[in-house]
Amino acid sequence: MQNILTITTKELRSFFTSPVAYIIIVVFLAITGWFFTSTLFVGGFVTMRGVLDMIPFIYLFFIPAISMRTLSEEKKSGTIELLLTKPISDVDIILGKFFSVLTLAIITLLPTIVYVIMLTMLGPIDPGAIFSAYIGLILMSALYISIGIFSSSLTENQVVAFIISFLFVFILFMLNKVLIFLPTSLATILEYIGTDYHFSSIARGVIDSRDIIYYLSGISIFLLLTKLSLESRKW
Amino acid sequence: MSIKVENLTKYYGNHPAVKNISFEINTGEIVGFLGPNGAGKSTTMKMITTYLTPTEGKISVEGNDTENDPKIVRAKIGYLPEQNPLYLDMNVLDYLKYAAKLESVPKEKISSALNRIIKDCGLDEVKHMDIGQLSKGYRQRVGLAQAMIHDPDVLILDEPTSGLDPNQIIEIRNLIKRLGKQKTLILSTHILQEVQAVCDRVLIINKGEIVADGSPDELQKKFQGQVLIKLTVKKGGELNGKFESEIKSIPGIEKISQVSEDEKQLRYEILASKGSDLREAIFNKLVEKKLTLLELYQETTSLEDIFRELTIK
Repeated sequence: MQNILTITTKELRSFFTSPVAYIIIVVFLAITGWFFTSTLFVGGFVTMRGVLDMIPFIYLFFIPAISMRTLSEEKKSGTIELLLTKPISDVDIILGKFFSVLTLAIITLLPTIVYVIMLTMLGPIDPGAIFSAYIGLILMSALYISIGIFSSSLTENQVVAFIISFLFVFILFMLNKVLIFLPTSLATILEYIGTDYHFSSIARGVIDSRDIIYYLSGISIFLLLTKLSLESRKW
Repeated sequence: MSIKVENLTKYYGNHPAVKNISFEINTGEIVGFLGPNGAGKSTTMKMITTYLTPTEGKISVEGNDTENDPKIVRAKIGYLPEQNPLYLDMNVLDYLKYAAKLESVPKEKISSALNRIIKDCGLDEVKHMDIGQLSKGYRQRVGLAQAMIHDPDVLILDEPTSGLDPNQIIEIRNLIKRLGKQKTLILSTHILQEVQAVCDRVLIINKGEIVADGSPDELQKKFQGQVLIKLTVKKGGELNGKFESEIKSIPGIEKISQVSEDEKQLRYEILASKGSDLREAIFNKLVEKKLTLLELYQETTSLEDIFRELTIK
């Protein structure tokens, strides 16, 4: 536990000592801000829908971008060898990295609460639905981060890591959009695998244990795959 | 006994990097792994540090098996990998603190451990600088400091002086000698002088096998007096693959290896037993084979020659 915290803190510090984190946060807020203002001022609707529907699309690029360097950078510089010969377990390293990126994703998401506060001054909103949509976003980003870290463990090259995790995330996200072209029997299975189905179910305001289990098991699978990938040096 | 290695073998795919080596290192010994690049030194070190798992064989560090108790073994070892990987965007103090925490140095002891290591490694002037701004010599000190922060029993340094200028090399060697007191220390190098300057004992490794083991003086004594014959032969005539075995069949010759080849001539180095003089026998053999002798020269061996002889194919 202590080791996970040590690694998470170190990773977060290195995010925030370089300009990368700030640039990413600014870009993220600029995009969501544009969607917020356009629905509010141009469309004239007092709703978070525009923003909350848009963020899953932004996450397709944003999450692979913030998780691509986690392990690939360590592999490239050789520091992975230092880390793996310290008296800590591989799981400590993976979870430390996972929580650091997740914290960064949550920190980036937090300022959008300002939009919610502004909306409450303008008219009635559904606080329950908005709250569960945020939970949904955090779960979704956590799943994407575990995919990003796994991809990052496969290669020394950050760009390759980005592309691999983008492909994974993109396929998972798009599954629900292509279901109409598939036979019904296949569609019901694939619907469950797609992320969007679970996210929209949570974002409606229903936090169902099935959706939670979907995300948690997805995260565990990819973190376990990362562990296998780290151990593959020994094979 | 500090480190015990038994029948260690490591394959990378089908390629054997380490072939069935065994050795023991006593507590407090300073041992140098000497060998050309690709000999298996780093692979052996990586297995001792638990980074890699042996294909076959066992390693124990201070009585703990590397495969069964990797965490205990890691805690006992301070390791400086080849090329000295560092986080270039961190400052020295933060980095050492991070290393101390990962080595589970108790919280209340971290600051005293930091002070000690910064003083020992002479890092006081640069402790607030980013590692990326430091010279190679200072980076090497940071790497050593990182390896020593938890005061380990065993110190493993993979090519600690590679890439440094001559002054830095001497500085780092002195630092290693000073810090390595009362510790079991393994360092690898392909520089012979380094072993002579620092180590109590040397293991010469070539192609995954230990070809010599002993103190630098012992090795010198053992091979001293052996005769090294340098031979250059003109190309052509009956010079073919059989030539080497023909020469080897002369009694007293221990080893023959080809050193170089160009369009006109072939150079060989021949190791012959102590006190022998086989120049005439070799000459006669060449005459018999109608080969033209260009050069024939005999000398007694230095440690450098031993290393070359043992590690040339």
